[in-house]
Amino acid sequence: MLAKRIIPCLDVDSKGQVVKCINYKDPKTAGDPVELAIYYYKEGADELVFLDIAASIESRELMKDLIKKVAQNIFIPFTVGGGIKTVADMKELLKAGADKVSICTSAVKDPGLIRKGAYKFGSQCIVVSIDVKKNHKKNNWEVYIYGGRKNTGIDAAKFAKKSEKLGAGEILLNSLDRDGTNKGYDLEILKKISNSVGIPVIASSGAGNPEQILEGFTKGCADAALAASIFHYKRYSIREVKKYLRERGVEVRL
Amino acid sequence: MISIIDYGAGNTGSVKNALDNLGFENQITDDKKSILGSDKVIFPGVGNFGDVIKSLEKKDLIRVIKRVIQNDIPFLGICVGYQVLFENSEESPGIKGMGIFKGDVIKFRSENLKIPQIGWNRIKIEKKNSKIMKNIPDNSFVYFVHSFFPEVKNENIVLARTNYGQEFVSAIERGNVYATQFHPEKSGKIGLRILSNFCRL
Repeated sequence: MLAKRIIPCLDVDSKGQVVKCINYKDPKTAGDPVELAIYYYKEGADELVFLDIAASIESRELMKDLIKKVAQNIFIPFTVGGGIKTVADMKELLKAGADKVSICTSAVKDPGLIRKGAYKFGSQCIVVSIDVKKNHKKNNWEVYIYGGRKNTGIDAAKFAKKSEKLGAGEILLNSLDRDGTNKGYDLEILKKISNSVGIPVIASSGAGNPEQILEGFTKGCADAALAASIFHYKRYSIREVKKYLRERGVEVRL
Repeated sequence: MISIIDYGAGNTGSVKNALDNLGFENQITDDKKSILGSDKVIFPGVGNFGDVIKSLEKKDLIRVIKRVIQNDIPFLGICVGYQVLFENSEESPGIKGMGIFKGDVIKFRSENLKIPQIGWNRIKIEKKNSKIMKNIPDNSFVYFVHSFFPEVKNENIVLARTNYGQEFVSAIERGNVYATQFHPEKSGKIGLRILSNFCRL
């Protein structure tokens, strides 16, 4: 049986440092990305995700350097995202050593990029990252872009299906309502999307303890769980989380 | 010297990083003489079956891989580098594989499964004395990313099996030819150990 994956996420700022934000604001420094990557690799992370939150020309260069160092030291898959707009951007990052690229704003603005990327590098390389927020009036979830600053009004579940159709290999589902809150994943939309697409869905935003990660799998039907602060601030180790999950019948790699 | 075949795409860099980390001298190359003159050959493939075959044809590397195998140079195919050793693939109808092993490459068939299979799954080791599985515990987790797998006709070559909705052959071994559907270069410590075992053959 395929194991559920635990994926630490490292948000990297313009200075090449890992930071953690709350509701996409107020970054706090959490350490050196290469050191943290090696630490998580040794601790049993199943994959890693790096997000270039500055997404500028300078930070892209920092990112490429970082990818090279990470690829030489850790032997699990890792995904890189932030500011990717073209197939050439993808190629640059994959060439530096990333296994997958994650696209967010550009997937909404230029959905053809999903198809082009999948055609060129294979679906397994293309992660579509979707930032969603609940619209309480309409009782649905809408897709946001530009790091949560702009509401597109697009229905999140529909966009996830469209991404799959265009060739996305995985969906990374972020919730603007839950990011950095430690209140747990937004299980309702997680379950809805996970059950409506045939590709793996990675739960993200809000995991603050092992129980919430368990719920992401059992109630949210996620295939993988992404978390940041819970691991960065060493509230729980990856091993502890995995043991907790295994004791409750979830298949994990320990 | 260990050669990693460069067919123009693929994750040759990841395999190189792993071998560098393990301390084995290696090169990424598409040069026929260097490949045929190496102690071991690794062929990592990613992406589409037909594209991999076409790229190999373009560089005239199919003949070279067949020679490597004929000359009994230890050979390791990874992912699509495993699949192309078989006859045909549902992924690319009309394009012939290398036909080194009997069987076709087929897609996972299940309504309830997420495809591709992405993530860590277990290997049930069938050849307990396999040199590349030395010190690898049975049921170890390794990393998979694929939608297709070869339907192996010859039971004697089955090295390991994995279950994803259905059981499939996740690694084969015949003489000095080894191939895995999973990515040892991305399978953490266990994967590195498999690579190291291969490099030490």
